[in-house]
Amino acid sequence: MDAAEDYLEIGGRKLKSRLFTGTGKYSSDALIPEIIKKSGSEVITVALRRVDFHSHVDNVMNHIPKDIQLMPNTSGARNAQEAVRIARLSRKTGCGDWIKIEVISDNKYLLPDGYETIEATKVLAGEGFVVLPYVSPDLMVARKLVEAGAAAIMPLGSPIGSNRGLKTKELVRILIDEIPLPIIVDAGIGRPSEACEAMEMGADACLVNTAIASAGDPVKMAEAFGKAVSAGRQAYLAGPGTTSEYASASSPLTGFLNE
Amino acid sequence: MSFYQDYLTYKDIDIENFIANVNGDQVQRIIQKPVLNKSDFLFLLSPAAEPFIEEMAQRAHKISVHQFGRTIVLYTPMYLSNYCTNQCVYCGFNAKNKIERKQLTLEEVELEARAVSGTGLKHILILTGDAKNIASIDYLKDCLKILEKYFTSISIEIYALETTEYAELTSAGVDSLTIYQETYNETLYDEVHLKGPKKDYRFRMDAPERACEAHIRSVNIGALLGLYDWRYEAFITGLHAEYLQNKYPDVEFSISLPRMRPHAGGFQPEVITSDKNLVQIMTAMRIFLPRVGITISTRESAAFRDNIIRLGVTKMSAGSTTVVGGRTQDAGNTGQFDISDHRSVDEMMLSIRELGYQPVFKDWQPV
Repeated sequence: MDAAEDYLEIGGRKLKSRLFTGTGKYSSDALIPEIIKKSGSEVITVALRRVDFHSHVDNVMNHIPKDIQLMPNTSGARNAQEAVRIARLSRKTGCGDWIKIEVISDNKYLLPDGYETIEATKVLAGEGFVVLPYVSPDLMVARKLVEAGAAAIMPLGSPIGSNRGLKTKELVRILIDEIPLPIIVDAGIGRPSEACEAMEMGADACLVNTAIASAGDPVKMAEAFGKAVSAGRQAYLAGPGTTSEYASASSPLTGFLNE
Repeated sequence: MSFYQDYLTYKDIDIENFIANVNGDQVQRIIQKPVLNKSDFLFLLSPAAEPFIEEMAQRAHKISVHQFGRTIVLYTPMYLSNYCTNQCVYCGFNAKNKIERKQLTLEEVELEARAVSGTGLKHILILTGDAKNIASIDYLKDCLKILEKYFTSISIEIYALETTEYAELTSAGVDSLTIYQETYNETLYDEVHLKGPKKDYRFRMDAPERACEAHIRSVNIGALLGLYDWRYEAFITGLHAEYLQNKYPDVEFSISLPRMRPHAGGFQPEVITSDKNLVQIMTAMRIFLPRVGITISTRESAAFRDNIIRLGVTKMSAGSTTVVGGRTQDAGNTGQFDISDHRSVDEMMLSIRELGYQPVFKDWQPV
């Protein structure tokens, strides 16, 4: 496929960039436009708990360019019911139909609750939301999410905010092979090389927040992630060569047989 | 089971003896450990760790930026009532103190709420003395109906409640609890709480757990620094927070490090906790418990608060008053204690920004 025609389509929107970014942990929300510009990201997630439309001080929403796809998330939800309520509030306050479901009841590892996430997905997909569930890379959970009407699956690479990299690689690979929805690696990616690795493996996109926000120079790091995700995607489309235990000569040894 | 059982294991710990032989090399290794145990934490509170306070601060800063980003959540206290039946020797609201007693009417609550809301704050901490018949649960529920129109996060710092009472308040819109043990030394606790319901050490210690059983979102604990050896208080506070984090993984925990301030009654601190001591406690706490929040109030001076922002603080009060109705009425002498940082919310916001941090006004949405 020509890279110029390579789009990721979610909820009817064609995305050229496969890097999703976040809004948490920045020293100033004013950094967000520059992060988006330099990384090329077209989708940004924001915790509804942080959004304040009535604020006369400042509001994270003022810093998100209008042409960017907003992906509000349900951070703070401890069960399906709360996630559903947050999603409805998000739509009601004009944040659109996309919703990233985060249901977390363990603050130590911040691992998502698959069962509650499936329940919330069923309800919200039924109400016409573009549902993007954040889950552990579990094939059975992912299959149920497909049935429930999810628009993509967002498996974690390692615990959220840990910057520990793609520890769940083999499980994510199974989702990539088996699930007929876009697989967006969300959480745990600490370095551009790890995002690149996920993309080379065939992930459809990566969501990166902490690794950018906690970098010495977040804007420069955002740019690096943009390039890494794009390089990884291109490598995937190119089809990497096979690997071998030993060196192999780049000039064939039996070429003479065809002479 | 409650933390009290764990407390019994540590209550008579001879800290001085335990930390007598710790040396600088050990301290340096502990500062770099990915996960600390209880002894490591105590060693970081030891005199041997003092020369390494810069290393502790560097590590605490890194952990904090990674865990919380460069953000500070802002809130302000609103005193609803200063009626009190307790006689706590260190407190301005002590029933024996001859101060003007007052409880806001619902109309006054509305006026105060409007005044605070005008500053942009969305997180409010409501406080009362311990007079259950006056500042009753029903009164608080009436106040909550007003406050939820103006604020997205409502915390309480009131007398200790039963589980069902906490449940009543969480259903009525309270998401957070602040409750200090004041001193973890049970004998001293009995001595400084002369009379009143607060005299029950165990009932107060178990209050955070009762609130968690009632599905509260977050709990803030602490000891009042000045009553007893700060190393002991900090150590047990850390163990208490660790215990709560493990027992209630769905609740967020934070600690406060309140140093005693001048107040009506004039009780003088028994122990001085210096700025350096406070920094040592705060950085040790951050390294021991990376995800625990750290709240610093306006008890501390503006300059000191600015200096410690980068060391691990996650939440700060601003535009504070400890007077009932202090924003809309004549102040009088009803305050609980004198505050030290008198900056307005706007001034606080600018200071935080100048330090390269983001002041966060809203970090909770009731659902």
